[in-house]
Amino acid sequence: MKYNWNWGIFWQPAADGSGTWLHYLLVGVVWTLGTALAAWLIALAAGSVLGVMRTTPSKWAVRFGNAYVEFFRNVPLLVQMFLWFFVLPELLPTAIGDWIKQMPPPWSAYLPAVLCLGFYTAARVAEQVRAGIQSLPRGQMMAGTAVGFTLPQAYRYVILPQAYRIILPPLTSEFLNIIKNSSIALTIGLLELTARARAMSEFTFQVFEAFTAATVLYLLINIVVVFGMRWVERRLAVPGLIAVGGAPQAGH
Amino acid sequence: MLASFDWDVIQRSLPYLFREGMTFTVTLTVLAMFFGIILGTLLAMMRLSSFKPLAVAAGGYVNLMRSVPLVLVIFWFYFLVPYIGAWILRQNEPIKVGAFLSSVVTFTLFEAAYYCEIMRAGIQSIPRGQVWAGYALGLNYWQTMGNVVLPQAFRNMMPVLLTQTIILFQDTSLVYVLSITDFLGAASKIAQRDGRLVEMYLFVAVVYFIISYFLSYLVKRLQLRIAVPGKL
Amino acid sequence: MAMIEMKNVSKWYGTFQVLTNCTTSVDKGEVVVVCGPSGSGKSTLIKCVNALEPFQKGDVLVDGVSVADPKTDLPKLRSRVGMVFQHFELFPHMSVTDNLALAQIKVLGRSRGEATARGMKYLDRVGLKEHAHKYPGQLSGGQQQRVAIARGLSMDPIAMLFDEPTSALDPEMINEVLDVMVQLAQEGMTMMVVTHEMGFARKVANRVIFMDRGEIVEDAKKDDFFGKPRSERAVQFLSKILHH
Repeated sequence: MKYNWNWGIFWQPAADGSGTWLHYLLVGVVWTLGTALAAWLIALAAGSVLGVMRTTPSKWAVRFGNAYVEFFRNVPLLVQMFLWFFVLPELLPTAIGDWIKQMPPPWSAYLPAVLCLGFYTAARVAEQVRAGIQSLPRGQMMAGTAVGFTLPQAYRYVILPQAYRIILPPLTSEFLNIIKNSSIALTIGLLELTARARAMSEFTFQVFEAFTAATVLYLLINIVVVFGMRWVERRLAVPGLIAVGGAPQAGH
Repeated sequence: MLASFDWDVIQRSLPYLFREGMTFTVTLTVLAMFFGIILGTLLAMMRLSSFKPLAVAAGGYVNLMRSVPLVLVIFWFYFLVPYIGAWILRQNEPIKVGAFLSSVVTFTLFEAAYYCEIMRAGIQSIPRGQVWAGYALGLNYWQTMGNVVLPQAFRNMMPVLLTQTIILFQDTSLVYVLSITDFLGAASKIAQRDGRLVEMYLFVAVVYFIISYFLSYLVKRLQLRIAVPGKL
Repeated sequence: MAMIEMKNVSKWYGTFQVLTNCTTSVDKGEVVVVCGPSGSGKSTLIKCVNALEPFQKGDVLVDGVSVADPKTDLPKLRSRVGMVFQHFELFPHMSVTDNLALAQIKVLGRSRGEATARGMKYLDRVGLKEHAHKYPGQLSGGQQQRVAIARGLSMDPIAMLFDEPTSALDPEMINEVLDVMVQLAQEGMTMMVVTHEMGFARKVANRVIFMDRGEIVEDAKKDDFFGKPRSERAVQFLSKILHH
């Protein structure tokens, strides 16, 4: 079969002169994780707020939260990425729009990618947070208010500590999803891992080697994250508080 | 900004967008769903089988597909399918495979991993007694699965399977990375040719939103109608 | 002629032994009741007869055919022995008619017309002819169990196994099911019944087997068992449950 194997390609100098091809790919891992982590911070913050909003007594908060989730769920992530990258600078007041358009790469790709992934994932985190809060017995909120907590205090001291523990497993899934979804940013020029694997394959023609390396690296990242989260779960575990098992959810 | 919004470009491109782009997207979705569910169900049965090598192989495949970005899988299969095709057809050179076929293979194999987990949960939710009742009547494994377990599992999992299909529908937009003309790809071509990125991409977002939202609504209604008669 | 023979059957779940050296038999036309405390292994024992539960040691012969033999066609063997489960296990996605016809068509190769007709015949025998087009979810527990019995009978089995057939029923429905079983016994069906219903045993059983902790402790003719049980454990068990 006509394919020239060359596993030694990883030790040969990369086209951009930055080092070996292996080094080139590893820099991609850094960009992947850098994008994912920054986006995750946004997702956790915004998602928590939205998730809580959807469980409050305020009808408007619930509606806003629901609308947000519906919007981000029903538009493909790639389309959202294009909206952030191509469309948003045009819709903003000219001064800000121009400033964005003048940003040098890689930040010109990094910023929209982080914002896009962050707000997209926030919708999913909101769902998890809402489900976690609603899975608690109603008596918990009643007990909280009974001891004199205000609504925000009840959430802070009673509801959320329990809800977050329950949703740690699905949150881990969402974090892994952000890492995978960061690859979509290659369409707007972000040189994360998949982008670099493709570049390497196009430059060296060692397609199989390049993509195998990328696959292995993603698997390693997965393993590290899964074990990391298990460690977090163990440290946060409360004896006797069993996490709610998830029904099979559709999604990636 | 709204003053300079070019509604005309949208109107002019409608035939192209829908006849070329949306047809590709919908066809790909339907085919990948159909074959993906079949393959996913088989994988689920393999994972649940007592024959260890099958269970491990299926489990390994599913975990691999779920750990890796779809974009990477798209690139993998774009590269691999010509080689596999050559191996199957016993040619020496990698055969030329069209973009459409490559996409169908990619999305079927990728989504099968997700459909597998859904069907696995569905099959496991059927009480063991149902399997015993089937065996006790003399039905063999395939008859029991086909007549007793899978019909119930499908019914129970239908809403989740359909929701996954809606996600698949959105995921097909990623064929963009191979410059394939699906709905998004078609809009992108027009956007770049006419310099109307804002209008085209906003239009695409709106169309996807309407279709996905509508399909989700249908799924909710189907959930009510498909309940087994007499059973809650 | 023994219809069902169990020879030194032993079964382990991992390292835990659930059945120890169980030996017994059921002759043609005999009705054998198996009783004992929870966890004694009686459900497991009866499921070994038609190989729903595998066992590691010993053998079971059904009409002379060995269950443990790897060459035995198990589906064929099972089609000749009917089984009724504690939780009825009707197929909820099919109508009563289809429940009765399914195995007749797929296993015995009968035509749909013949299968439906036979199903109706047995449905009538259990007194539920009018419910043929209903779905299991629309029937009461007692009705479902009677349909389950009809389903077993539709295969024209040589023997019927019952695994606690009335344990999941509300008290007022127990009798409708027991009546059907009594009638079956009186018509000469070979039956092996796991049950707590001692009234039923007294009425139609030929023999009673008492199990405790995976062993067959007593295996005696009905009158001997109720009149003069030999083992301490059987005495205790009987005294506890015969107080109704």
